[in-house]
Amino acid sequence: MNPGENHIDAPDYIEAPLAPKHTRMQEFGRMLKQNRLAALGFFIFVLFFLCAVTGLILTSGTKPLFNPAMVRLEEKLRPPLSKPNLQALRPDQVPVLNVYLMGTDDLGRDVFARMLQGAWVSLTVGFVAVGISVFIGIFMGGIAGYFGQHHIKAIHILFFLCLIGGIGLVLINAVFAGTALLLLCLSSIVFLLSARDKLPEKTLPAWKGILLGNAVSVDTLIMRIVDIMLCFPSFFLILTVVALLPASIYNIMIVIGLTSWMGTTRFVRAEFLSLREQDFVAAAKALGIGNFRIIFRHIMPNAVAPVLVSATIGIATAILTEAGLSFLGFGVPPPHATWGNILSDGKNFIFDAPWLTFIPGIAILIVVLSFNLFGEGLRDILNPKLRERH
Amino acid sequence: METTHKHNAIILRLEKVKKYFPIRRGFFQHTVGWVKAVDGVSFDIEQGKTMGLVGESGCGKSTVARLILKLLETDDGNIIFKGRNIGRFSEKEMKPFRKEVQIIFQDPFGSLNPRMTVGQCIEEGIRILGVKRASARKERLENLLNMVGMSYDSADRYPHEFSGGQRQRIGIARALSVEPSLIVCDEPVSALDVSIQAQIINLLKDLQDQLGLSYLFISHDLNIVGYLCDTISVMYNGSIMESASSEDIFNHPYHPYTKSLLSAVPDPNKKWDVTLSLEQRYESDAVYDGCKHQKKCPWVEKQCRKNPIDFVQVEANHFVRCWKTKKSDLKVI
Amino acid sequence: MDKRPKSHGTPLLRVENLKVYFQGDGKRARAVDGISYEVHQKQTVCIVGESGCGKTVSALSILGLIPSPPGEIVSGKIFFSGQDLLKLDEKTMQNIRGNQIAMVFQEPLTSLNPVFTIGDQLGEAVSTHKSMGAESLKRYMIQLLSDVGIPSPEQRLNDYPHQLSGGQRQRVMIAMALSCDPDLMIADEPTTALDVTVQAQILELLRSIQQKRSMAILYISHDLGVVSAIAHWIYVMYAGIMAEQGNSDQIFRSPRHPYTQGLLASLPSLSKRGKRLYSIPGSVPNPAYKPTGCPFHPRCPHTISTCRKEYPNMCDYGHGHMARCPVLYEKREHTE
Repeated sequence: MNPGENHIDAPDYIEAPLAPKHTRMQEFGRMLKQNRLAALGFFIFVLFFLCAVTGLILTSGTKPLFNPAMVRLEEKLRPPLSKPNLQALRPDQVPVLNVYLMGTDDLGRDVFARMLQGAWVSLTVGFVAVGISVFIGIFMGGIAGYFGQHHIKAIHILFFLCLIGGIGLVLINAVFAGTALLLLCLSSIVFLLSARDKLPEKTLPAWKGILLGNAVSVDTLIMRIVDIMLCFPSFFLILTVVALLPASIYNIMIVIGLTSWMGTTRFVRAEFLSLREQDFVAAAKALGIGNFRIIFRHIMPNAVAPVLVSATIGIATAILTEAGLSFLGFGVPPPHATWGNILSDGKNFIFDAPWLTFIPGIAILIVVLSFNLFGEGLRDILNPKLRERH
Repeated sequence: METTHKHNAIILRLEKVKKYFPIRRGFFQHTVGWVKAVDGVSFDIEQGKTMGLVGESGCGKSTVARLILKLLETDDGNIIFKGRNIGRFSEKEMKPFRKEVQIIFQDPFGSLNPRMTVGQCIEEGIRILGVKRASARKERLENLLNMVGMSYDSADRYPHEFSGGQRQRIGIARALSVEPSLIVCDEPVSALDVSIQAQIINLLKDLQDQLGLSYLFISHDLNIVGYLCDTISVMYNGSIMESASSEDIFNHPYHPYTKSLLSAVPDPNKKWDVTLSLEQRYESDAVYDGCKHQKKCPWVEKQCRKNPIDFVQVEANHFVRCWKTKKSDLKVI
Repeated sequence: MDKRPKSHGTPLLRVENLKVYFQGDGKRARAVDGISYEVHQKQTVCIVGESGCGKTVSALSILGLIPSPPGEIVSGKIFFSGQDLLKLDEKTMQNIRGNQIAMVFQEPLTSLNPVFTIGDQLGEAVSTHKSMGAESLKRYMIQLLSDVGIPSPEQRLNDYPHQLSGGQRQRVMIAMALSCDPDLMIADEPTTALDVTVQAQILELLRSIQQKRSMAILYISHDLGVVSAIAHWIYVMYAGIMAEQGNSDQIFRSPRHPYTQGLLASLPSLSKRGKRLYSIPGSVPNPAYKPTGCPFHPRCPHTISTCRKEYPNMCDYGHGHMARCPVLYEKREHTE
């Protein structure tokens, strides 16, 4: 035999992949099966979602099936699973299943109906707040990670400070000073445009050089903003803002979202920094693919995994924050039930009617725990390094 | 290097290319010095030929690759590709040249996007080429996969389902997707198993024959470079020490560094003699003038420590950066 | 040095029919599937093979370092100077590790702890198995470092690992391995991460240390060139089995297994310029999906129907040279 003459043409050794093929969903199911706690978390997550959606349907409208606002003063503080006193109630006041599943509160309102309504509030607060924070986080983190080395010129900072200061002064009726600042802002644009295609720096006078010099890198700027935001004790920041704004469920969502994006920013920036140096990104650049497509098509899908994990856990935190605000009376205004204000109302009767405290308390515990477990499990599932090892 | 064969067009020429990286220290991250990663590198690659760039880790050979691909900006010198100096081109001017030069990476695991299927990955390039019709794109994808010896059903699978050699084939297909004329191979086989290396080397050779590609083949493995490359440049510490045809480098090297490299390579077919590479000196961090190889050179002399040394021609197409380039010197060595 | 000393009594290390399986994902990966080998005193024995062929696992199982689960030593015996290592308890094994058998790993950067000085780490390695005073310990460490060719060892003792070059770090690792005068040193690809010139220095160092200390070395590598330079005896592994064994003349001049033949033919070199390289088709099999019969049959040019079904026998070519390919063995008998 002479191996040197053994000629192989390319089509003869067309190769097949090594590992058998799995779709993403199959893989997800398989990993979920291996991770029991994550599966449990996922199950409760789905259950909670269904509860909240059916709760919204059943408790809203003019004649809801479960009426959370129906006051029955004769039937107050009834324990769970007790039968209503049919003689004392008007026919439209009788609960649907002819039983108070979770008892009634101090105004005789059906706690089950209130819990259903509160579930929807918790769900929307969790998702919308985290949606806002993830959006800001990915945006800021992506810019800091991918364009971090670009520098911002002093004139840019001047421009923004003047713009914000000017608008602010005009808004608080200091028209003269405000207009002056806005004019300065306009002049800085003119200066920037005039200096656009000018000669090398050495021909510039000193003040122009300083204005056009690099002041700070994008990365430094964004990360310092993150640091500053992290310095505030966020719960008290939220309390202050909520106290100033009119009480509304949407304000709470937005405020929670705006004060919780820093963690995501840090995650995304770190992911972008390491992914940017990967060979496949270099290959994409070499192919001539634009920055926009590299960010969204090549880097982002690899960076979302930890974001998804932190978002899942973030939902739990947002639900807790909302419950805390409602408990303190800064949350959703009274006629609307949330788990937090059920808990808050119940604390006065903790010895007479402990279910008023325990039912929402345990509900919050279970939902928050399930989100955390699911988040932890998701981290294992989405980690491609763990997945490749088989 | 004006003595290269006239009938072969030069596709890529580097002229005294430099890339220095700042060393930053202290609280304010001020620059305290420079790492001369690439310090005046010049070479030519002829159309349809393979040039090998050999050197040890950290000698700057991968930086040269990134400079040619414009993934890094050159600090000084010219990169002349097909007669145009692309070294100073802006991102916009570079656009039409981007697809002309492609790269194949060393690490088959990091070079493919784990969240994109093989098909999506290669189609990125086909899209750049401006193929609009979906059927035409599909046909081209199938062609490319067959060209590198992969079946078409690989297209909708993810990279983690493939072995290292197969991933390297996919990386080659991606590089070919934009119909380049020069491919920079940055250690394309050094992460692969011995029995797979030959497959990839043969594939690269076949593609060169079929498509008339030129290669810049970067490697630390002298055996592979000797087999595959027409000319070889030996790089040390950011500079090219010796440059000649493969036969000349292997059969009569001039530079002491080339000699020590060659003697260090164990070869099953030869008795191993390591005497040259065993000369070891303790390396100090002191700044020095003169020859870059002086710290490791067994034959270092006074003049080596004083003046920087020019790249001189010793034979036709044979250039060396060493004082001892006369035949009489060689005998002394 | 080329003839295997058969008459030299019992070998220092004898591995018999070792099987190590890994369990995971509901599949069983037969990483090492019935291999036997011997290491005699003062010999350098090389195990050569590609990634995933089980060469590292076979070395780790000598030291009892197979992570379990998922790993499991299913069967086999490992005799080291007369005692079966697999039967010993953890405490006795700890005593043998480092004291009689030492190991040098591939990555010199990660096998040294970055927050301790060289002196700390070397000192710990020495004092785990030997008791000596601070002054004599220091003298001993300096002696060790200069033995492995580290210049100005006294200053190096206070250096941190990142202050040394890759080659020097590997020298420190070797010094650690030598610190207790082991009878056997297992070196798992110690030069793979190093440059060729540094590799040559380390190989030369191993050779001189072996002669000075009359120690046996079990050297694991994927690089046929390195193996040819240092080995007294070579084992070629493929997909968990021992494909061929012999001295370097036998393996490199007259290989008898199609895998060894293919590997040697596929090595590129200047002299093969212009000719097409032979290449073994296909990929190294995943240990979890190994082919039946001879594991090499899907890639082998000599495959016949029995190769697909029957596990091949070892065939003896004399002078200790053996190959696990009955097909080529029969062909040889017909031609001669």
